[in-house]
Amino acid sequence: MSTTGLSPAPVPTAGPTIDTVPVVSRKTPIIFGVLTLALVLILLLEGQSGETTFRLAARTDFATLPELTVPSMGGAWALAVACALLTAESVRRYAGRRRTAAWVLVAFAVAWMAGFLTWAAAGETVPVVGLLAGSIALAVPLVFGALGGVLGERAGVVNIAIDGQLLLGAFAAALVGSLTGSPWAGLVAAMVAGALVAVVLGLFAITYFVDQVIVGVVLNVLVIGLTSFLFSQVLAPNAASLNTPPRFPRIPIPVLGDIPLVGPVFFRQTAVVYLLYIAVALVSYALYRTRWGLRVRAVGEHPKAADTVGIKVNRTRYRTILLAGAIAGMGGAFYTLVSVPQFNREMTGGAGYIALAAVIFGKWDPIRATMAALLFGFASNLQGVLAVLGSPVPSQFMLMLPYVITIFAVAGLVGRSRPPAADGVPYQKE
Amino acid sequence: MKLVLRNITKRFGSLVANDSISLEVSPGEVHCLLGENGAGKSTLMNVLYGLYQADEGEIVLDGEVQHFLGPGDAMAAGIGMVHQHFMLIPVFTVAENVMLGNESTGFAGTLDLDAARGRVREISERFGFHVDPDALVEELPVGVQQRVEIIKALSRDAQVLVFDEPTAVLTPQETDELMEIMRQLKEAGKAIVFITHKLREVREVADRITVIRLGKVVGEAEPTASNAELASLMVGRPVELVVHKDEPRLGDDALVVKDLHVRDALGHVHLDGISFTIRAGEVLCVAGVQGNGQTELTEAILGLQEHVEGSVTLDGRQLVGRSVRQVLDAGVGFIPEDRQADGLVGGFSIAENLMLNRSFRSPFVRGGSLRVDALEEFAERKLEEYDVRAPDIHTRASKLSGGNQQKVVVARELSRDLRLLVAAQPTRGVDVGSIEFIHKQVIATRDSGIPVLVVSTELDEVVALADRIMVLYRGQVVGIVPGATPRETLGLMMTGERPKDVVA
Repeated sequence: MSTTGLSPAPVPTAGPTIDTVPVVSRKTPIIFGVLTLALVLILLLEGQSGETTFRLAARTDFATLPELTVPSMGGAWALAVACALLTAESVRRYAGRRRTAAWVLVAFAVAWMAGFLTWAAAGETVPVVGLLAGSIALAVPLVFGALGGVLGERAGVVNIAIDGQLLLGAFAAALVGSLTGSPWAGLVAAMVAGALVAVVLGLFAITYFVDQVIVGVVLNVLVIGLTSFLFSQVLAPNAASLNTPPRFPRIPIPVLGDIPLVGPVFFRQTAVVYLLYIAVALVSYALYRTRWGLRVRAVGEHPKAADTVGIKVNRTRYRTILLAGAIAGMGGAFYTLVSVPQFNREMTGGAGYIALAAVIFGKWDPIRATMAALLFGFASNLQGVLAVLGSPVPSQFMLMLPYVITIFAVAGLVGRSRPPAADGVPYQKE
Repeated sequence: MKLVLRNITKRFGSLVANDSISLEVSPGEVHCLLGENGAGKSTLMNVLYGLYQADEGEIVLDGEVQHFLGPGDAMAAGIGMVHQHFMLIPVFTVAENVMLGNESTGFAGTLDLDAARGRVREISERFGFHVDPDALVEELPVGVQQRVEIIKALSRDAQVLVFDEPTAVLTPQETDELMEIMRQLKEAGKAIVFITHKLREVREVADRITVIRLGKVVGEAEPTASNAELASLMVGRPVELVVHKDEPRLGDDALVVKDLHVRDALGHVHLDGISFTIRAGEVLCVAGVQGNGQTELTEAILGLQEHVEGSVTLDGRQLVGRSVRQVLDAGVGFIPEDRQADGLVGGFSIAENLMLNRSFRSPFVRGGSLRVDALEEFAERKLEEYDVRAPDIHTRASKLSGGNQQKVVVARELSRDLRLLVAAQPTRGVDVGSIEFIHKQVIATRDSGIPVLVVSTELDEVVALADRIMVLYRGQVVGIVPGATPRETLGLMMTGERPKDVVA
């Protein structure tokens, strides 16, 4: 018996890795370069005149920040130079085989966006608070959807049906809200509706091992058909009694709501948005720090291992996707109980798919997915704000913006990410 | 705790996997369950562990009949299992893996990681395991991962421990350590069931040996029984454990590998500048623990790896940078290590599988259509020649046993004009009878003047086939030694140490 091997050190690493030549993605510096070049080209080809004003305060602020006015071209050029410098920094890091640091990424994003806005809103005023607060509003369903998506995939169930859950949630919220006159009843109905879609998903994907992508897509189409039918046959003819849900009132939070810039953006929202903050915090805590979360992740990574320690794999998966469905359903309620007080055909406009992209962009992590969803919300709102300002960019082009950003984000900027190992794989005992 | 299995029968459709098997283990005893792959050992243990329900028979612990509906019940009753494929979650830490399913929690289900860490430390100190509770499992060596599995079982107060083929993934040194651990556990009063098909290990630790074949108990043996006795019990007929081969008739240098580097897409280095030569009519065996670059070596030769630097020449022609088809056309035969994933198309018939690497032109294809007659005639002949036991040539490959599947792969590769044979794990998961046959084919190939590269993690196989042995460790060549090198030296080399008298 040799005892040498029992000594604790040095322990060789397992597996094939001997050494790692760091692979630093070229994508970030290239994307930076392309974006900077695009900004410079815009400035050269479509010069503007006048000044741009950034309004940093909402009218009702307790303490207000002054407005910021810069000469449009001068300011834009200064920011373009800043972008170029940050690109150079990124290239320098790439040459030194290092990743582009997060602060460079953030600084570049802010500088580029500010530069673009300065140019696009020449001679106008950019309502910064409105832009950001509106982004949150547009992002709320995405964040709920993405949270649901993260939960499902962490348990090993790919949920393409987020869009269906949002849509059915919106429908149920509108109907029940109108019938009862209570937005809270509508919210609960939306959660039930989302969970209902999850039950069907689970039945096919978990119990009958049907391909999860196919089930998800079919469910989306089914919900579109179902809600459109019920809308035209039931809701539209009786709009006054069945499709006039009450809205959640806006509740400013004392003190927090008075902080300049932050207050009006985050803390003068409706109860649904506050619920969202709680949901994000709860889900990310529970996923990493509780027994429930440990088991959910185990089931998504290695269901057989979970089974051999006595965890009921499929039961855990069902429970998780039901919860995920209820969360996504709440996102649906936001459409009809906050945004527009009535249900319309296909009113989610494919938001569920963007939420799915946020799940991937967020590397299956609740906080990162939330950030990603917020980014997409910002992109959508930017388009709206620029259209109102009458920017020189054609509005059709601006409509593409959120989706272009989605593609860039998912394809380019995500570093190495690893989905849960058993994501999308049904668990079958031999 | 005394475990008794009484007349366990388990059927899968018409197949009887376990036919009235009885087994007894007492505390402080190691009972070996010896049998070939597919003899029904794992099925029996899955019944014991609650993963399967027996059709007949009963499980008795300390005189009480048990009814296990799932692994949770078995664990609660005091049965712990160390699985062949570790049931560990790679992205979790050791502590998280140990606590999973048995978590101690605080307020509102919050995980009490400190308690789990303490438990891991306590058990690893008691048995001298040296496992860091906060290490990520995927970053641990295989031997340590196995200890995590053992800790997992012990942390649930298992009194009966089942080791399912525990040595398949270990180096010889790690195997020795595992044997020592088993002895310690035995002294601590645990009842141990040790499942294996490796004869040497059985005789080293077993107190009792039960041999099963085709789902039935065929005999009991004493640990003093000889290898030949145990092997013939296991197979049901006398077996030749050694391959008879003559001295090689060496030709010129045929395969020359120089300074080969292989990386994967993530930049991990798998082969770090290895060089070797195989002469015509010679078998070079690559030994080493799984995952030290063997897979990447064979795939790099075949052209299946993307990031390859260095040179591989066969009879003077460069293979690096060629497509897989060009490499095949250059006369390279390849027996892949995972026949079900890479060697066969399970849903295709035997005949179709036999033409997979010649799907472009004659003799089986003319003008874009299959020549079914030629193929069938060829398949019939090969079935006969290679002793493939199958109803007919139209049987799906997935329906065959491991040994017969492998014979189909071997038949396909050897029935072309070869200039090099690359055989990766040629007998993994194959019954002893087929091993004998495949080994003879490999030696016959060598004797016809073809260079052969065999990759194997089984030291027995390496020693049986090799004219020379190359040991790989973490992507580098530890040394290239003669075929008659003692096992102890090889075992040492597999841990990366180079004995003084060996040159790299």
